[in-house]
Amino acid sequence: MNFMYERFLGGKNGAIGMLILAALILIILPASLDLFRLNMVGKYLTYAFVAVSLVLLWGYGGILSLGQGVFFGLGGYAMAMFLKIEASDLESTKIQSTPGIPDFMDWNQITELPWFWVPFHSFSFTLFAVIAVPAIFAFIIGYSMFKRRVGGVYFAIITQVIAVILTVLIVGQQGYTGGINGITDLKTIHGWDIRDDSSKYILYFINAFLLFGVIMISRFILTSKFGRLLLAMRDKEDRVRFSGYDVSNFKIFIFCVSAIIAAIGGAMFTLQVGFMSPSFVGIVPSIEMVIFAAVGGRMSLIGVVYGTLLVNYGKTVFSETFPEIWLFLMGGLFIAVVMFFPNGLAGIWDKYGKPQLSRISKMKFISSAKALINSKNASPVKDSK
Amino acid sequence: MGEYSIQELTSIFAMQGFAGLSLFSVLLLMALGLAIIFGQMGVINMAHGEFMAVGAYTTYLLSVISETYFPAFLQYYFLFAILASFVIAGILGYLTEFILIRHLYKRPLDTLLATWGLSLIMQQTFRSIFGAREVSPTLPDWLMGAYQPTESIYIPINGMFVLGLTLVVTVGVYILMYRSNWGLAVRATTQNRIMSGAVGINTKKIDRLTFALGCGIAGIAGAAFTTIASTGPTSGSLYIVDTFMVVVFGGAASLFGTIASAFTIAQAQSILEFFISGSMAKVFTLLTLVIILMMRPEGLFSIKVRK
Repeated sequence: MNFMYERFLGGKNGAIGMLILAALILIILPASLDLFRLNMVGKYLTYAFVAVSLVLLWGYGGILSLGQGVFFGLGGYAMAMFLKIEASDLESTKIQSTPGIPDFMDWNQITELPWFWVPFHSFSFTLFAVIAVPAIFAFIIGYSMFKRRVGGVYFAIITQVIAVILTVLIVGQQGYTGGINGITDLKTIHGWDIRDDSSKYILYFINAFLLFGVIMISRFILTSKFGRLLLAMRDKEDRVRFSGYDVSNFKIFIFCVSAIIAAIGGAMFTLQVGFMSPSFVGIVPSIEMVIFAAVGGRMSLIGVVYGTLLVNYGKTVFSETFPEIWLFLMGGLFIAVVMFFPNGLAGIWDKYGKPQLSRISKMKFISSAKALINSKNASPVKDSK
Repeated sequence: MGEYSIQELTSIFAMQGFAGLSLFSVLLLMALGLAIIFGQMGVINMAHGEFMAVGAYTTYLLSVISETYFPAFLQYYFLFAILASFVIAGILGYLTEFILIRHLYKRPLDTLLATWGLSLIMQQTFRSIFGAREVSPTLPDWLMGAYQPTESIYIPINGMFVLGLTLVVTVGVYILMYRSNWGLAVRATTQNRIMSGAVGINTKKIDRLTFALGCGIAGIAGAAFTTIASTGPTSGSLYIVDTFMVVVFGGAASLFGTIASAFTIAQAQSILEFFISGSMAKVFTLLTLVIILMMRPEGLFSIKVRK
């Protein structure tokens, strides 16, 4: 039990952090926000998956991927393909020239469901694909890069280019992918309508629990021997290599794990928001997700969730009221975080918040201890009775 | 390809090839600046495209000014604009290095993020000053028109001018980097920073000037860019990924590699574009590059350096 507590929650500090976050996400936000806003928070929390994946990959592994949007998109598209097939049954598509296929295919004169869409009739295959497709893709990229010791800036550029390739491909192949509009008008899973108010609540909570699950698994990975090696690799790669470890295998593994986490976020995004489009795949969303992680603190699994929520909240508020200032703020935030707060919110908290808190609790402890001593001194006889 | 006759095919190749040369010119000018910065300092400048846009907007501004105040000057302003673009983008680059980059040399990945932030700020600045709409300067008459060697081949004059400009800049960079004392100091710093410092080279000053030079060349790229396309706030960011690919594919710190890879990428894209759609041409080119880079991560031509 103690083992589980230490490894999955990260000891006392981690457990308290998780409890506060859980109270916020599971109780305070659902109780205080209307459904529209709560759904928005749910959307932001799907980005938090990507931020968590970047803690593993970037914060601990030192590998900056500027293509996490690719995996977010792969997960999201896999889910969207299933939902789209179910939404395009013969009944609702009978006005098309080929009924029974998604509407955008019909518009693009495609008369048959393409082969790679066919397996997505099955929900269990879809769930499998959400995990497997990004993992395999990440494995191929990771294997070919890390085995040749490509890393650092080069890796960042290559992942960025892959994000561009995938975006251009999705936009260009309208008939197969829905093009720039993405896959829209998603309705049901086996008849369960995802657009209902009640299902929106259910999806929000599923999403939240998945996020906590992912954070705990990530914590487990990071507190293991592997987590130590990851840190060692980040700081002195050669020394780890000379100690007899195969560095590239560790890197490939953590890249695949982070891809899977990002993909789960993408799938939950599709379910909660009801569509998936290439605008969540390219360079800009990928880098924005890096900034969520940077603001929250690239070394803190819980901090990045706050970072994601805060940046997105700021984005919503500012882009609604002063859209012009928003890019200045966002740019300034990038620069400020990188230059002055490399450990983000979590770093600020560790530096200023925690000492303050412990001073307060220490003071309380001291005063209560004094009171105890005083009372002991005052009535020693009473105690001995 | 079956439906084209041989003669048509030659014309297509000639014209697409020339369109590719225009793309090649802009890519090469962008990549030269980036390669100098990346090769020299290992810094990835994500705002490089915005420095190009600075050059483009400078050209536009000068064209508007000379149109309204000095109509007689309109025929010649463009040459002046090239110089102004270089100087303004260079000064901005100098300041960027001084304020931002020099604090982050030890953390190359963070430079990438910080310069991305800078690019967002610059884009919004362009949007606030010049508006979201794309603008084009009025080009002088001598840049208009086309040269027509045979009946079916048109070669635009502005394209030839840009090509010439690129040639001049490339030769200039070559002379500066490989035939001048300053270039010697730059290359020495690239190869061994500590030793260069020990023999009396002011490496910090070298860094700052190199960064300014790279940004200045991006400014020239911007001036050249205005002759073949119109400029918007995000024009620069459209080219940044391609430019990175040029630099990485060519092998950093290799001038010849940069030229060869800019040529290959631009030509491949432009000729493919005619036969398959533009987006698929881009996908094919980039995918091929990624696969080649996976097999040969050091790029086409790389200097062997002991690390």
